[in-house]
Amino acid sequence: MRIPESNWDVAADRLDYPTGFVPALLDPGRATPALVAGPRGKAANKRFNVYRNNVTVSLIDALAAAFPATMRITGETFFRAMARFHARERPPTSPLLFDYGRDFPGFIERYQYAQPMPWLADVARIERAWLDAYHAADAPVLPPHALTSLPAEALSDAVFKAHPSTRLVCSAYPAVTIFSANRQRGPVGRIEARQPESALITRPALDVEVRRLPPGADVFLGSLLSAEPFGSAAATASVRCPEFDLATAIAVMLEAGVFTAIRQGG
Amino acid sequence: MAKLATHADRGASEGFRFPAHRIDGLAGTSFKHQHITSILEDQAAKRGFFEVHAENYMGAGGPPHAALTRIRQDCPVSLHGVCMSIGGPQPLDKAHLGRFAGLVERYEPALVSEHLAWSTHDTTYYNDLLPLPYTEATLRRVADHIDEVQETIKRPILLENPSTYLVFKESTMSETAFIRELVRRTGCGLLLDVNNVFVSATNHGFSALDYLADYPLEHVGEIHLAGHAEQEDDEGDLFLIDSHDGPVADAVWTLFDIVIGRCGPLPTLIEWDSAIPDWPVLKAEAIAAQAILDRHAGAFLRRKSHAHS
Repeated sequence: MRIPESNWDVAADRLDYPTGFVPALLDPGRATPALVAGPRGKAANKRFNVYRNNVTVSLIDALAAAFPATMRITGETFFRAMARFHARERPPTSPLLFDYGRDFPGFIERYQYAQPMPWLADVARIERAWLDAYHAADAPVLPPHALTSLPAEALSDAVFKAHPSTRLVCSAYPAVTIFSANRQRGPVGRIEARQPESALITRPALDVEVRRLPPGADVFLGSLLSAEPFGSAAATASVRCPEFDLATAIAVMLEAGVFTAIRQGG
Repeated sequence: MAKLATHADRGASEGFRFPAHRIDGLAGTSFKHQHITSILEDQAAKRGFFEVHAENYMGAGGPPHAALTRIRQDCPVSLHGVCMSIGGPQPLDKAHLGRFAGLVERYEPALVSEHLAWSTHDTTYYNDLLPLPYTEATLRRVADHIDEVQETIKRPILLENPSTYLVFKESTMSETAFIRELVRRTGCGLLLDVNNVFVSATNHGFSALDYLADYPLEHVGEIHLAGHAEQEDDEGDLFLIDSHDGPVADAVWTLFDIVIGRCGPLPTLIEWDSAIPDWPVLKAEAIAAQAILDRHAGAFLRRKSHAHS
């Protein structure tokens, strides 16, 4: 094919158009790429800005959809400014947008203007875990009789297989109380909680459930989730947390559907 | 159109999860989760079809799959890929293509479509349908990508024409010539987005009717209709954004009527992806499209029977 002479410069590499197109997409300081134009000699600045706007706004929207409680706490203007910084610094590396935002809680932790809200990153971590649980594989939950039918020694040696939706978020702040208050539709009253809280996120059927764990249950379930046997997980929790109550922890574990099966032992 | 099998080829002996609902001549809507209760209560809704963005169903499980399974039992479903990056120069993402093929196998959609656009470069996903130059080199590359998708999913796709806002200086052929040649080389079908034609025509100052006259209408297997927003370009002239956030414009309905008059009653989707209204508002748009399809269906049947007599 004969290429018009005026096109030689841009046609040197006919398949390299993204290299010229993308740098300005996430950087408003850069000029409109030289390889594009408006029709019939028109300018392309506002035209290129449509793509710039689509990319940035759609990524901010994706973060807003994934972190609604975080946005309610900060207010929309604050959130969207924060999300814009993050989207430009860390655009997605997968076309699956429900996987986007894994680095967002860490970004919030470092974000200068969020420093007065040290709990905010943990609320975002709970929301990110919520979205993981929502899309996780479906699986049956461990039935109570699988535990009650075990002899004591077998139970002590049992290692459990996590349900694909199970996530644990441990916070030094009352993150679960703040998350729950801001994730529901009603007005948010004054939050009196001051204690550290750990969140258990599961999806035993179709609805994602978020629970504030009783004292020591985070240590206990955390150990079980890292494949420690039941007996040693219970002992560790008792040592680390004197208020730990095994019966309560087992009840929560079964009700929430933390595990899907007993993997070994038992 | 005869050689284009828009339905999966189903052997008589194979078992399928879902009924093979017919989609011919139907109007449909984007499927949005907030509408599912209204849809399931609405017997009339079940006479249309629903289109889903494939990427929203690429998670392992949970409510998205439960909802789509429920809808697929009662209605024909169209699987619309948004980010395969067919129009980009780099190799297709094999993992993504595999997930796409998995959805085709799992849901047995009546229609499968993707875009003439790109959205990933290197490892960054830009979450927009970005434009490409129309040259012999890009034509070869895009045709290879379509071949690869069709071989992987074992059926032809419908390729959607983009809405565009600017041109590449290096382009050497028109969009219609580019699309016509892709059809010839790959055997793919076409998804004609009438709103995109109108948006691009306005933005580039060409006639939408001229575009349609040069577009291979005989290969169209699905129509898209959507709303657009008005802005101004650098020169202060009217400039349209393909925003999918409102009702279909009158001018687009008129073009649609002309297209259906020429092509017959093709499956037609109302796309509404942001500022999503309550179900009755979206449904009213589909009813309006269905009325146009039905009006032309009678004329088409008569014309066909004359041709055969």
